Amino acid sequence: MWFTISYIAWAISAALALWMLYDWFKTDTTYSEDQLTSSREGEIEAVSEKHKV
Amino acid sequence: MSQAAQATATQAAGNGQRISLLRVLGPAHVWALGVGIVLVGEYTGWNFAADKGGALAALITCWFVGILYTSVAMIDSEVTSTVAAAGGQYAQAKHIVGPLMAFNVALFLVFAYTMLEVSDAILARDTIVAFAATEGFHGDSFIALVIVVLAWLNYRGVLMTLNVNFIITAIAYVAIVVLFFSVQPWSQGVVLKLNELVTPQNALPYGWIGVIAAFQFAIWYYLGIEGTTQAAEEVRSPSRALPYGTMAGIITLLIAAALTWYVCASLLPWEYLGITVYPLWDAAKMTGSPFLEFLLFVGTILAAVASANGCINDAARAWFSLGRDRYLPTWFSAVHPKYRTPYRSILFLLPIALAFAFIADINQAITFSILSGVLQYTFMSINIVMFRNKWPLGTIRRGYTHPFHPIPAICLFLLCAITFFAIFLGYGSQLIAMVIFYVIVSIWFHFYRYRYVRRGDQFTMPWPKPKGY
Repeated sequence: MWFTISYIAWAISAALALWMLYDWFKTDTTYSEDQLTSSREGEIEAVSEKHKV
Repeated sequence: MSQAAQATATQAAGNGQRISLLRVLGPAHVWALGVGIVLVGEYTGWNFAADKGGALAALITCWFVGILYTSVAMIDSEVTSTVAAAGGQYAQAKHIVGPLMAFNVALFLVFAYTMLEVSDAILARDTIVAFAATEGFHGDSFIALVIVVLAWLNYRGVLMTLNVNFIITAIAYVAIVVLFFSVQPWSQGVVLKLNELVTPQNALPYGWIGVIAAFQFAIWYYLGIEGTTQAAEEVRSPSRALPYGTMAGIITLLIAAALTWYVCASLLPWEYLGITVYPLWDAAKMTGSPFLEFLLFVGTILAAVASANGCINDAARAWFSLGRDRYLPTWFSAVHPKYRTPYRSILFLLPIALAFAFIADINQAITFSILSGVLQYTFMSINIVMFRNKWPLGTIRRGYTHPFHPIPAICLFLLCAITFFAIFLGYGSQLIAMVIFYVIVSIWFHFYRYRYVRRGDQFTMPWPKPKGY
């Protein structure tokens, strides 16, 4: 039984890894690099936290 | 992530707006992240302190290392509730100390969490193999399953990742509590035999130097609680959720550590306690209850999985932050437009974790993780003093102000020094090799990589000028 479970574990791992690779490719080809890397640290901080005491 | 949030995120990306990490987490998720990473240390790791100095040394160091981590939690809560950015201690170091320190701290974080993830996956595999007790069954597929499934979960969104972590961490914690109450802790001699197993003759078999040596493994009672800070950019209210989640987390762990020691030291002789990989599972076996044995087996697996899950989350955020500030190529700073996760960082670290998990020895991986962690705690003790000096109370708004400053910082520094000495006693060559590694990468960063950093852009907090500048 454990050997069967082991094969199933390999199959699930491979399937999820392939899905991530597919989604990565799809995302990188759909959106521009500027959009994907547009996150900036402290954006919301600057709006919501004025640091006035 | 909910469908409405996904739709909003995708629409924002389509409109050309900035794609940021999603602010969806609350204090319970912060608790799940911190306790989830740490709780595996109760299931395995802390008990090797008994091998170094006996059962009483494991208890003494539980208290002192508890002080160390309470200091860590208090200091972290104050600084992170003020510097609420992904990367946690990295963002703190960048704003308070400077870029070179920040680069080193980010590497401490990535190595500590990735190596802990590797150790967790190996532990899950070993536990399943021990449970299966089937000849020829190696269980390597479970290493791949743990790492890949959790990477996939992290890839798909932080909310579901930490919801899952909350549930499995709670089950693993409840398992310890159930074991504790099942052995009638109020009635020594019925099931528990503490007075027979820990006697004045064997309590400290190697004397007080054994207590010092035990610090190295006592770290495992709480290692990783500082990981809560990595959620800073994804919590709805950093100034509330981070201190709440972190302080609740350390309180939870102090209780878990005390219960664990009491049950294990009362059921297992210190000679065995110091070498077993499964102290809680073995303690459950000693009760003779099949239910408790199975419950603690499940608890061991879930604790390992929860820890690996939190580690993937934290290592990816630290790596992502380095890319966003151009300390590493900006390619790593991509955020998934639909799931709003640092997907490239998650995918980049995935094969590295797999490679170490299949190649590395678990002891080496754990030592690498502990060393990186202690280096980071040492930095935190200095960081908080600089933070209070540069921005004294009243100059900026803090979500939480920790009491008794600078006593926690001094305690933290002194206990880190003792822990370094303890590590030097056990793993001196690794300690030296690791310090040399960090010196080399620091030289690389200072003389080569830093030229690519946009120096003004990296300091993002809208704070007043620091005192004295």
